[in-house]
Amino acid sequence: MIKLGVVYVLAGLVFAAFALLSATDARNPRRLGNAAFWGLVALSFLAGDRLGDLGNGLLVLGLALIAGFGLLGRGEPATTTPEERVMLARRFGEKLFAPALTLPVVLVLSLLILKPLHVGGEPLLDPKQATLISLALAAVVAVAVALILLKQPLISPLQEGRRLMDVVGWAALLPQVLAALGAVFALAGVGNVIGDLVTTWLPMDTRAAAVAVYCLGMAGFTMIMGNAFAAFPVLTAGVGAPILIRRFGGDPAAVCAIGMLSGFCGTLMTPLAANFNLVPPALLELKDRYAVIKAQIPTALALLMANMVLMYVLAFR
Amino acid sequence: MLTLLGVAVVVVGFAARFNPLLVVVVAALVTGWAAGLPPLQVLAALGKAFNENRFVSAALLVLPVIGVAERAGLQERARMLIGRFRRLSFAPLLIGYMAFRQMTAAIGLTSIAGQAQSIRPMIAPMAEAAAESGSRPLSAERREKVRALAAATDNVALFFGEDIFIAVGSILLMVGFLAQEGLNLDPLQLSVWAIPTAVAAWLIHSARLMLIERRLRSEAGEDRA
Repeated sequence: MIKLGVVYVLAGLVFAAFALLSATDARNPRRLGNAAFWGLVALSFLAGDRLGDLGNGLLVLGLALIAGFGLLGRGEPATTTPEERVMLARRFGEKLFAPALTLPVVLVLSLLILKPLHVGGEPLLDPKQATLISLALAAVVAVAVALILLKQPLISPLQEGRRLMDVVGWAALLPQVLAALGAVFALAGVGNVIGDLVTTWLPMDTRAAAVAVYCLGMAGFTMIMGNAFAAFPVLTAGVGAPILIRRFGGDPAAVCAIGMLSGFCGTLMTPLAANFNLVPPALLELKDRYAVIKAQIPTALALLMANMVLMYVLAFR
Repeated sequence: MLTLLGVAVVVVGFAARFNPLLVVVVAALVTGWAAGLPPLQVLAALGKAFNENRFVSAALLVLPVIGVAERAGLQERARMLIGRFRRLSFAPLLIGYMAFRQMTAAIGLTSIAGQAQSIRPMIAPMAEAAAESGSRPLSAERREKVRALAAATDNVALFFGEDIFIAVGSILLMVGFLAQEGLNLDPLQLSVWAIPTAVAAWLIHSARLMLIERRLRSEAGEDRA
């Protein structure tokens, strides 16, 4: 059975290459910082299971110190100029979309064909991780398509990958580190403390007030934790189940589904949901780190209002 | 109450724009200290969870192919393609993309598009080119706004599309949680209730995109006058 471990080895090798290429990049004055940072990421992917918990903790500390003290620069691998790119774009035409579109096509084919396959009585792909394994496969196939169809140098996937990786910088690791923070919050019982505060101090005498507390609480709590999944159990145990479902007789499916989606409105408004809100501004090279959140806030607030109305109307028929 | 000190560290640290990686590690150590846990145990817990969550960063493997295609002119080609449709402005483009993204996410295909693989190399350049069609090049400020909206549209569409799919993580979490509460629900019952909000999300975000487009246009008109 192909498990996630294969993907980790591939990712580890790619990051190790990024680290080596960074170290020899004379045009980046902070090349050693980049080499150390991507080197630690490579170490995590290749040997994370053998480092021990404390070893991994020190690795995270190392990443945070390199990023926090501004030791990361931006590598400048030799690439094509903007003028050359316009010429190449004219020459290649719509063929240029082929590699990027190979990603979804291979992903879907892999999920449809490889995922159901069994070899020797067990599934070919680890069923729990089939999407990520398929995505890695798609990435490899797409690189091959790009190299052949667009006739690019063999080293270009690593050099161009490193260029984009340096554009994103420390933000690339933030989602993973935030997930780890969630585990520490859980260990310390942060969720329960907030849940107690909400249920003790907020009035929920009427159905409308209880709907508002549950939906706004899901959004606010998600903003603090960065993730609606962390907010859902706390608020549903505190407000959703005892008050909306049992006291006011709400339909459990509608209450929970719309409550979760109220949490997603919070996800749109918090920097803690880094892979959605902080990585894209880095990828798009925007000046304002919070530009995407600012673009989302009006939609999120309007939708949160809509959710409260929907729950009030649909869950109590 | 002291347990919430770590949350305060995150809020203040992010607001003051310190490096978020450093803020998060400090918040973890403060949270552990407030809960009376020894620092090394907190660091170990952080490391353990970091290692278990490596799959979060494995999706970065799509960057090399995007980089190669960009080297050969993908962003430029995306602009040329949109430039051919003179009448297409950026609001209809993003509204159409949002509908596509919501519908594919609703059948479980959440990874077929995304910020690194679609927004940066194709959709954001297309949106810029569409915003420029028939008028002068965008100012730096408006260019930034259009790019941010392209990223925002992907997020809104993904969040309020994926929950319609019965095997998505949030649906499974709800089924599991409700079972503990003694309420046995079928995933399908939960996922149908995601449809009204999905429609509302599409309507609200589409209306905003059209309003923003109208505003950008009138501002550009004033610049010219």
